[in-house]
This record gives sequence, C-alpha cells and structure tokens, in this order.
Amino acid sequence: MSTTQIAGREIHVDDEGFMTDPQEWTEDLAPALAKHVGIDELTPDHWLVIRYLRNDFATEGETATLRRISSNAGVTTKRLFELFPQKPGKKMAYVAGLPKPKGCI
Amino acid sequence: MTTETKVQVPSFMTKGPDRKICFICSKGNLDMAYPALIMANGAVGEGIETHIFFTFWGMDMINKKTMHDLKFTLLGNTAMHPPGRFGISMAQGLGGLPGMTKMATWMLKKQIAAQGVPEVPEFLDLLVESGAKLWACKMSVDMMGLTKEDMHDGVEDIINVASFLELAADAQVIFV
Repeated sequence: MSTTQIAGREIHVDDEGFMTDPQEWTEDLAPALAKHVGIDELTPDHWLVIRYLRNDFATEGETATLRRISSNAGVTTKRLFELFPQKPGKKMAYVAGLPKPKGCI
Repeated sequence: MTTETKVQVPSFMTKGPDRKICFICSKGNLDMAYPALIMANGAVGEGIETHIFFTFWGMDMINKKTMHDLKFTLLGNTAMHPPGRFGISMAQGLGGLPGMTKMATWMLKKQIAAQGVPEVPEFLDLLVESGAKLWACKMSVDMMGLTKEDMHDGVEDIINVASFLELAADAQVIFV
C-alpha cells in the first residue's frame, strides 16, 4: 500500500496512482487530482460528471463507464471527451477518487 | 502497514508512446460487426488514434440501407449454444429452417442490448463523436455501385488501398 500527498493530505493510492479508498475522497481533493491529469479548472459540467460517478459508485459498487454516464447523466459522449480529453474513462474515475472502469463500453 | 510516498501523477498520463490502431471490417454479419466496433470504442477511449476501414461485406455496416438490419445466422456457426444448454451446439440443420435467422438475430440483438451496447448505426455515431475515423473502401464502393451519400454520415471519405496503407503505416492493424 502506497500513499501520496494530495492537496496537503496523505492519500492511499495503487501502483497506477488511483485512490484505493473512496472514503478518503472529498470534493476539495478533486481540483488537485484534476491538475494531475491536465485539467486546470473544473467547470460545472465536470462537477456534474464527478458527482454522478460518486453517486453511482455508492449504489452500484463500480465505476460507471462512458456509455453509462452518457445514457444516465445527460452528458453526451462528445462532451465527455471535451471535458476529459483523450482518456475520459480513466481521467474522470481518477478525479472522482474511484477505481478505473472495468466495463468494456 | 508499510507506506511509501509516490509520485502524484497517475501512470496512465505518462505511459508509452502515441499509439494508432486501424481496424479492417470485412464482414456484414451482425456478430462480425461488433468485435471491431467494441475494440475501436475502447481504443479511442484510451486516447489511441483509431481508424476503421470498411471493405467488401463490411460495407453493409455503413450502408444506410443495410446498417439497421444486419443479421445473425446459425449456419456455419458451431459456437451457437441455446440458453440453458451451454456446451451443446445447436444442430446446423436448424439454421436453414424458415424464420431461424430472424429469431437468432432477434436473440443476439437482445443480448447485446442487455450489455448496454448500442445498435450498429448508433454505435457508429458514438465512435465518430469520440473521435474515431471511418473510411470506405474504393473498390467495394465501385463494385457495389455506391456513393458517399449511401453511407453513414460519419464516413470520412472513400479511399483506395494505397491510401489506407499510408494511413496504417505506423499503426497496429486488426483485420475482422
């Protein structure tokens, strides 16, 4: 088990850098995590996605895929790629303090 | 518990050189349409430059007249096991009975939909939205008497083999 300093707090992470304890995540961590993946500012649309992911994880126990988010959260796939460029699935999971998505689509 | 302080940036932000993948879709059966679409969707979501080249029967996947109506047949597919009897193949002779292809297609579509996977035309929309590029094969287009207007709106262009090979020069190529 490794830890790292994020926003001045000691946070548990796995070998790839994803947080391992979703309970350690609070909203004030998100801007710092976002900077690690090249997102300088979290807009209301980013927050909509992040909060959807957190709520969905709380009930489903796994990280929502892009398809699930676009179907249920009212954010198009195109917009998800704009908000979290290039690797949207991993980036949004990382910023939301969740494991990377396991689903294929 | 032993702990060590690690670098902050996640490994997926630093790993590896830029990747590029080209899929070649050469089949027009429903079950042969999905593998490339699903892998291409995964690739583009990993930040990989993704191209799909449609050729021969694969043209049915992007032809507006056929893309909504791809079919799955039991004929020639010994891997078809009826639900509840996993491990026992359906008799090939059944595949030739009237209505069998329609039923098999309906069942496969239901199973695919249950996984949250869209139908082929919507899947192509999704791929284009995500940044994947769709290409149609020049010879197939000529052979089948098609034009760009006959094809899914997301198709970038009609290109010949030489152009495709240039496109694929520094890519991993997957033939389906």
